[in-house]
Amino acid sequence: MWDYSETVKEHFYNPKNAGAVAEANAVGDVGSISCGDALRLTLKVDADTEIILDAGFQTFGCGSAIASSSALTEMVKGKTLDQALEISNQDIADFLDGLPPEKMHCSVMGREALQAAVADYRGEEWVDDHEEGALVCKCFAIDDVMIRDTIKANNLTTVEEVTNYTKAGGGCSSCHEGIENILAEELAARGETFTPGAVGKKEGFVNLAEKEAAPAKLTGVKRILKIQEILEGLRPALQADGGDVELMDVEGKNIYVKLVGACSGCQMAAMTLGGVQQKMIEELGEFVKVIPESERPVEIAGA
Amino acid sequence: MADIYLDNNATTMCDPEVVAAVQPYFSEQFGNPSSLHNFGNKVGFAIKKARKSIQTILGAEHDSEIIFTSCGSESDSTAILSALKAQPERKEIITTVVEHPAVLTLCEFLETEGYTVHYLKVDNKGRLDLDEYASLLTDQVAVVSVMWANNETGTIFPVEQMAEMADAKGVMFHTDAVQAVGKIPMNLADSKIHMLSLSGHKLHAPKGVGVLYLRRGVRFRPLLRGGHQERGRRAGTENTIGIVGLGKACDLALEHMEYENTEVAKLRDRLQEGILAAVPHSFVTGDPDNRLPNTCNIAFEYIEGEAILLLMNKQGIAASSGSACTSGSLEPSHVMKAMGIPYTAAHGTVRFSLSRYTTPEEIERVIEAVPPIVEQLRKLSPYWGDGGPIENPEEAFAPVYA
Repeated sequence: MWDYSETVKEHFYNPKNAGAVAEANAVGDVGSISCGDALRLTLKVDADTEIILDAGFQTFGCGSAIASSSALTEMVKGKTLDQALEISNQDIADFLDGLPPEKMHCSVMGREALQAAVADYRGEEWVDDHEEGALVCKCFAIDDVMIRDTIKANNLTTVEEVTNYTKAGGGCSSCHEGIENILAEELAARGETFTPGAVGKKEGFVNLAEKEAAPAKLTGVKRILKIQEILEGLRPALQADGGDVELMDVEGKNIYVKLVGACSGCQMAAMTLGGVQQKMIEELGEFVKVIPESERPVEIAGA
Repeated sequence: MADIYLDNNATTMCDPEVVAAVQPYFSEQFGNPSSLHNFGNKVGFAIKKARKSIQTILGAEHDSEIIFTSCGSESDSTAILSALKAQPERKEIITTVVEHPAVLTLCEFLETEGYTVHYLKVDNKGRLDLDEYASLLTDQVAVVSVMWANNETGTIFPVEQMAEMADAKGVMFHTDAVQAVGKIPMNLADSKIHMLSLSGHKLHAPKGVGVLYLRRGVRFRPLLRGGHQERGRRAGTENTIGIVGLGKACDLALEHMEYENTEVAKLRDRLQEGILAAVPHSFVTGDPDNRLPNTCNIAFEYIEGEAILLLMNKQGIAASSGSACTSGSLEPSHVMKAMGIPYTAAHGTVRFSLSRYTTPEEIERVIEAVPPIVEQLRKLSPYWGDGGPIENPEEAFAPVYA
C-alpha cells in the first residue's frame, strides 16, 4: 500500500466539492483514461472580479487523484483566476502534506485541469505540453521522457552524467540498469555506442570534471577558506531541517565533512551530500568530492 | 469486527498446524541436513519426509523429481534458463501474454539477449488459441512456459494438453503452477509436463520456499552451482523451516482439496452473485466456467480500483486490483489489456481470492459493503450521471491529453 499522509486520506475519504458546480462558466477536462486518471474541474467565476466563487470536481482515479482534486478545489475558491494560476503542482502536493513520487502526476493533473478551465473561461485554446513517461528513478521521481530529453539536449554518455543533470539514479542506484538501457538506445540513435565501465562508479562527476577546462587555481589557504564560506552558506537550510554540517578536512579533491543532528544517519544523507557536492563544484569551479568523515579511509600503522 | 482477508492469491496465512510443525527446527533441530552427526541427520530425515509430501500432492513419480528453491520466481527462472543452457542451438521461447511477471519480465530480458519469444494471445475470456500454439511448436523452440492458472482471473489453461503437444514435438514444457498447486488436483506422473514451479506461501506454508518439479530424464542445467544440495541441482544450505512447513502445508492442502473445490467454490459463487446482483455495470472477467475455485475478478465500470481498495480497506476488507495505480505503473493490468477489457473497466477490476478460512459471514459482510463503496466513487466519476453512466461516456468526457 502507498504511504499516504493523513491529509491525503482525509481528502480521499471525505472529499470536498465533489460533483459539478451548478451554473459553471469554466470547465477543464484533463487526464488520460488509459492511464487511469481523469479529472473534470468546473468553476463558477464572477464575471466582474474574476474571483472563483465555487469549484467542483469529478474524478476517475485513485485515492491520491481524488485527494488532489479535492485539495485543488479548496485552494482555488475565493482566488482570482490569475492568483489561482500561480498554484503549482508542488503547492497542491504540499497542501496534502506530500504525495509519494509515483503519485506526483496526480498533482500535475490538478494544475493542468485548472489551466484548462481558465483557458475555457477566457475562450483561449489550452495546449497541453504535458508529457509523462514511465517512472525510472523512484528516489527523485524522474521519468523516462525527462531522462531522454536531457540526454539528447546535453549529449550525455554515462549514468553519472545523467545523475548529475537530472538527479535520476542519485539515490539508491537500483534504477541504474534502466538508465543504462535508455543511454544505450539514445546513443545508438545518434550513432554512438554505449560503453559503461566494468563496475559502476560510486562517486559521480568524474566525466563532468574531465570535460571542463581546468579552472584558475586558488592557493591552498584561500581554497579552504572558500570551501568554508560555501559550507556556511548551506548551513541555514540544513539547520532548518534540524541538521547541520561541519568541515573536518580538505585533502586534494576530497572534502571531509561531518553531518550532525537530523542529517546524520538520515536516509537523505546521501542526497544532502550530493547537493553539497554539487554546490561546491559550481562555486569552486573544479571537481571535488564531498565525503562524510565517517567514511574516511583509516591509515594502518606500519603499512 | 475482525478484518476479512480476500487476497489469498497474493499470499496466504501460514496454517497454525504448519507453524507448530516447524517450531522444533528453529532451535532444537537446528543442524545442517548435510552433516553426518545426529544434529544434522534428523533434519535430513525431516526434509525427506517433506519431499514425499510434495511428491504426493503433485502426483510425481519419484521424490527425486522435487527440487527445493527459495520461491516461485526462482523456480521459473531456473526452469527457463536451464532449458536455454541445455539446448544452446534453440533460440525460441513460447509463452503467453498473461503470464506472471516472474516469467514475462525474464522473457522480455531474454529478447534483448537475442532470443525470440512468441507470446500467445488470449480471447476476451482469457482463453488461448491452441491452433496458434501448435503452429509455433518447431525444433527451434527451447521451452514452452505457460501458467497453469492465472493469478488475476483464476482462468485455468489446458496445460496437460499443451504439454502433450510439446512433448510430441520434442519441446520442453514448463508450467508456472504457483496459483494452482493445492487448489486443484494434479497427477504429474500421468502427464507430459517436464517442469513445474510452485510457491509455498500461496498454500499456507511460510514465505521463502518454492519447488521446481523436474521430470526424471529432462535435461537440466542448475542456476546455482556450489554445494551438492538437491543432488547438485540447487546449491545452498536447505531452508529447513520453509521445507518442513511446505511439506506439512501440502499434507493439509490434500486433506482440504475436496473442501476447496466444493465449499470454497460455493462461497466464491455466492460472493460473485451477491455483488453482481447489487452493483449495476459490473461484470466478471476471465473464464468463469474454467477457473480456480477460490478466485473471482469483478470489473466495476467507470471507477478506479485503488480507490475501491482503499475504501474497502477502511472497512477491514482486503482484496487487490489490476488498476495502474496500485502498481505504480501507467498501464492497467496486462491481463485485462490482453483480454481487451476497455480502460473504463480495466482500471476498476477487483480480485477477490478466498481460502479455506473464509467464512459465510465474511462473504455476507463483503456483499453488503461493496455496493455503497462503488456508488460513492461513481458519484465522483465524470463518467457517471444520475443513477447511471452518462450517454456515450467515452465521447462525453474526453480529456485533453492522451
